[in-house]
Amino acid sequence: MNRRMPRGLDILICEGGACISSHSLEVEDELKKQIARYNLKDKVRIVKTGCMGPCQYGPLMLVYPEGILYKELIIADIKEIVEEHFLKGRVVEKFLFKSDITGEIIREKENLPFFQKQLKIVLKNCGTIDPENIEEYINNGGYQALKKALTELSPSQAIQEIKDSGLRGRGGAGFPTGVKWEFVFKAKSSEKFVICNADEGDPGAFMDRAVLEGDPHTVIEGMSIAAYVVGAKRGYVYVRAEYPLAIERLEIALEQARKRNFLGENILKKDLNFDIELRIGAGAFVCGEETGLIASIEGKRGMPRSRPPFPATRGLWGKPTLINNVETLANIPHIILKGAKWFSSIGIDENKGTKIFALSGKIKNTGLVEVPLGLTIGELIFDIGGGIPDGKKFKAVQTGGPSGGCIPQDYLDTPISYESLKDLDSIMGSGGMIVLDEDTCIVNLTRFFIEFTASESCGKCVPCRVGLQQMLAILDRITQGKAVMEDLNLLEYLAKSITKTALCGLGQTAPNPVLSTLRYFRDEYEAHIKDKKCPAKVCKDLITYSIDEEACRGCLVCKKLCPQEAITGERKEPHRINQDKCIKCGICLENCKFDAIKVE
Amino acid sequence: MEFSSCKEKEEKYRRLKEVIKEYRNSPGPLIQILHRAQNIFGYLPKEVQRFVAKEIGTSFSRVYGVVTFYDFFRLDPVGKYNVTICLGTACYVRGGWKILEALERGLAVEEGKTTKDRLFTLTTARCFGSCGLAPAMMVDKEVYGRLNSKKALEIIEGYRAKNE
Repeated sequence: MNRRMPRGLDILICEGGACISSHSLEVEDELKKQIARYNLKDKVRIVKTGCMGPCQYGPLMLVYPEGILYKELIIADIKEIVEEHFLKGRVVEKFLFKSDITGEIIREKENLPFFQKQLKIVLKNCGTIDPENIEEYINNGGYQALKKALTELSPSQAIQEIKDSGLRGRGGAGFPTGVKWEFVFKAKSSEKFVICNADEGDPGAFMDRAVLEGDPHTVIEGMSIAAYVVGAKRGYVYVRAEYPLAIERLEIALEQARKRNFLGENILKKDLNFDIELRIGAGAFVCGEETGLIASIEGKRGMPRSRPPFPATRGLWGKPTLINNVETLANIPHIILKGAKWFSSIGIDENKGTKIFALSGKIKNTGLVEVPLGLTIGELIFDIGGGIPDGKKFKAVQTGGPSGGCIPQDYLDTPISYESLKDLDSIMGSGGMIVLDEDTCIVNLTRFFIEFTASESCGKCVPCRVGLQQMLAILDRITQGKAVMEDLNLLEYLAKSITKTALCGLGQTAPNPVLSTLRYFRDEYEAHIKDKKCPAKVCKDLITYSIDEEACRGCLVCKKLCPQEAITGERKEPHRINQDKCIKCGICLENCKFDAIKVE
Repeated sequence: MEFSSCKEKEEKYRRLKEVIKEYRNSPGPLIQILHRAQNIFGYLPKEVQRFVAKEIGTSFSRVYGVVTFYDFFRLDPVGKYNVTICLGTACYVRGGWKILEALERGLAVEEGKTTKDRLFTLTTARCFGSCGLAPAMMVDKEVYGRLNSKKALEIIEGYRAKNE
């Protein structure tokens, strides 16, 4: 958003993926109608923005100059807001956030605890400008970094700046970005490529999606700077087919950038020719691995190959290729513009700058947050995320996607860094943080991850193709109560062997969930094996459903909903579950208003 | 799809030919062409794969190898509505699997298959980034969040009612 209207209001409506799912487009339509009805067209300006962050509370609407944040709006609310707030200047308090602790109303976005420990660099524009309008990006300092790089910095100077900044790859591995750039810069070839890896495959990670949907030009600018520095003429954005909105906004942004000569021939009248093509993925997790991704862009099965040679020397079509993740590239314009010194003043140790995390799972405030590296895990989950809902207890936080691990309560004080998470047998990964409460079965969840990686294995190397299937078979036995203690040793042995012998990153890290949970939650595995019990009451073969006859009021709800007709009983009489028919689907439990369904 | 007349079919192949032409100067276009082909035909029968192979001068086995590698490409025709249950981690821990089971029962169809009346195809996804709204499902491009089994079944019934 820019050039605020004199004495008028700027109304920002979040049209990130999550808010659209909560019907923000309909809210926008209604707002336009009401504004026309009250003839306010000259007094207010509507801006459609990317993700504002607190996805749980969408649709969100932010009203400037004061920065009033309305939440969970429905069409019927709009008339009142227009009449009261926009016409009479009276903020409609019932649609605002309230403090969890004091119950006090929080009017301004800045005062919401969710935003207070955040530092938005990459997400600076996300949720504040219209991603489909290049003018807004430019008016907020957009493409100034490209101009500066082209006019003031030689490629070597730019590389030095990136190196000094301490920026590391945000895709997960944390390799120093400046060093990678230097490799490609020094590689001798008539042709080089720049690729943006937007194949955000980790479940529970949606930051790249938000950046592409909310501020696509920042990625294009980052790529153009990279092209200038390494000497590439062609770039590709490899984006998942699951993100249609991101694809659409990128296409619009590319077209606008070409028209304004930020892409194309002689960019900004300098000696830089560069253009970007979109390549749409087709649903293969392994394509997030850089050599798999390259094979996919070449139109082949996305199977990784062994490295070296690294893509920096032999990449796309055998030419030197720079591959960076979306978030990494989106940091570049800021570093070029504000300098390495500024960037490296944020963060701790060898972990500079900010990182975006996607909070989800059993947490109050789900959504997208950007924080300086070095914030503790506890601050992220409890201060920003608001802790665990429904009075449940925190059990662990799963980081790093299917190749990550589960970090338990005892380590909540750990400052977040690439190294600290690795020391805890987890990884930074792309930044997904899935919070687990006491109702999550760690063994069942681990089985879920191994099933995921086993089915996403490309099948090229034996350790990953066969080994993960064997691990899955053992985990199946454990969750079914059919395992023996010996199986745990076998599981651990297999996990360690696959880590050492698999060909690519997918296989090498796939056993991480097993290793990390065996370290912190071994007792839960043992309960499944020795006692044939699932402590979280999730694993179906180890639980039974029954009805507490004293609590049951005989309301018939569960009886009607049970798909198996396993529940019997008359109105106002206690019901019973026929264990032979029960398939443990949990519908009765979800819908009982009297807490009468017991799981043992 | 199989009931479409010859003329419709010809028209589809004509459009596919146009698409392939568009990619003439773009290296490694196979996956992008297959996406567009699937948009035109709804799925990728072997006949279409053979056609693509011939037009871009590669072997059928190579095209088939690519089609079967990627989850997004479908070898069988799909129903009118594509129902996708997210089984990403966030949805999984919030009970996405329960929703899948409920719909499998409610629609009397296994994951990956199409109902007998050709109305619904039930699939799962690895995560479509709606983690903030977990558990989520998608019917075609419409995302529904914060579900439970009952709500999910009601949504499906809503679509069924539209077709009665």
